Amino acid sequence: MNDDARETLDPRIDSPGREGLTGTTAANAYRPLHDAEQVTIAPDWRPMDEQPAWRTDFPIDWPQDHYVERRDFTKFMVLTSLAFTVGQFWIAVKDWMEKGDGTRPLTRLASVEDIRVGTAQTFAYPTEHDPCILIRPDERTFLAYSQKCTHLSCAVVPDVEHGVIRCPCHEGKFDLASGRSLAGPPRRPLSIVRLEVRGNDIFAAGVEERTV
Amino acid sequence: MSINRPFTRGQRATIVNGMLAFVMMLVILQLWLLTATMNAYLGGDESLVWPAAAASLACLLLNAGLLRYLYQIERTRR
Repeated sequence: MNDDARETLDPRIDSPGREGLTGTTAANAYRPLHDAEQVTIAPDWRPMDEQPAWRTDFPIDWPQDHYVERRDFTKFMVLTSLAFTVGQFWIAVKDWMEKGDGTRPLTRLASVEDIRVGTAQTFAYPTEHDPCILIRPDERTFLAYSQKCTHLSCAVVPDVEHGVIRCPCHEGKFDLASGRSLAGPPRRPLSIVRLEVRGNDIFAAGVEERTV
Repeated sequence: MSINRPFTRGQRATIVNGMLAFVMMLVILQLWLLTATMNAYLGGDESLVWPAAAASLACLLLNAGLLRYLYQIERTRR
């Protein structure tokens, strides 16, 4: 028996498929032509499984549309997950490539007389791309920090009189004595440059990065 | 004998919703992991860089596995 009701029905009462029926309509006349869940019908009447992918991705009924949008959003989220993983490995590889023997060169910065009490001077350590500040808050104390703000790497400016180091970009404020953040957007303290005073000279002997 | 019947659309919608919730949780975990690792790395703490990368990779593999399952139930429909 032909299931396709779109074809012309056999009008005879005793035609196959009508046995026992009192009406004149064939038993298969109201049988669904397609899957009951599949509301979207392509213009060529072929089943959706035989349609090109772009047509299945643009359904016209809401349930199928909801399914497709959630499925595609899930795909996008997995792509985002991949991006985060690549980011993680980028950090790891960067860390691995930067890992040297761990020692920093001992570099002479200045002599004690070069820096007056209550003033500061800049220097680059350990490379020329790492600007730092050397501060002399009192007669016997020398402090050195990275000059890069831990928020967005703006150059910080020491305010010895008020005991703070300021970042002019976003009003960040660090404690002069410890380099820890006091106010503004930066959370991490400034990196400390370890100093050694040998005789009359001041040397940089390493960098200490901190999270708190 | 097991009957390998394809999921109905309603069932597939439930599966994809649950899957999406799980994937979202993992992605948010990865985002937190990335920011925490970046903060630690910039602060000089390099000890957790590789473990964090491994954890992120595990999350990605879980997500990829779920997506693979989604493709699988799409295939059985046909």
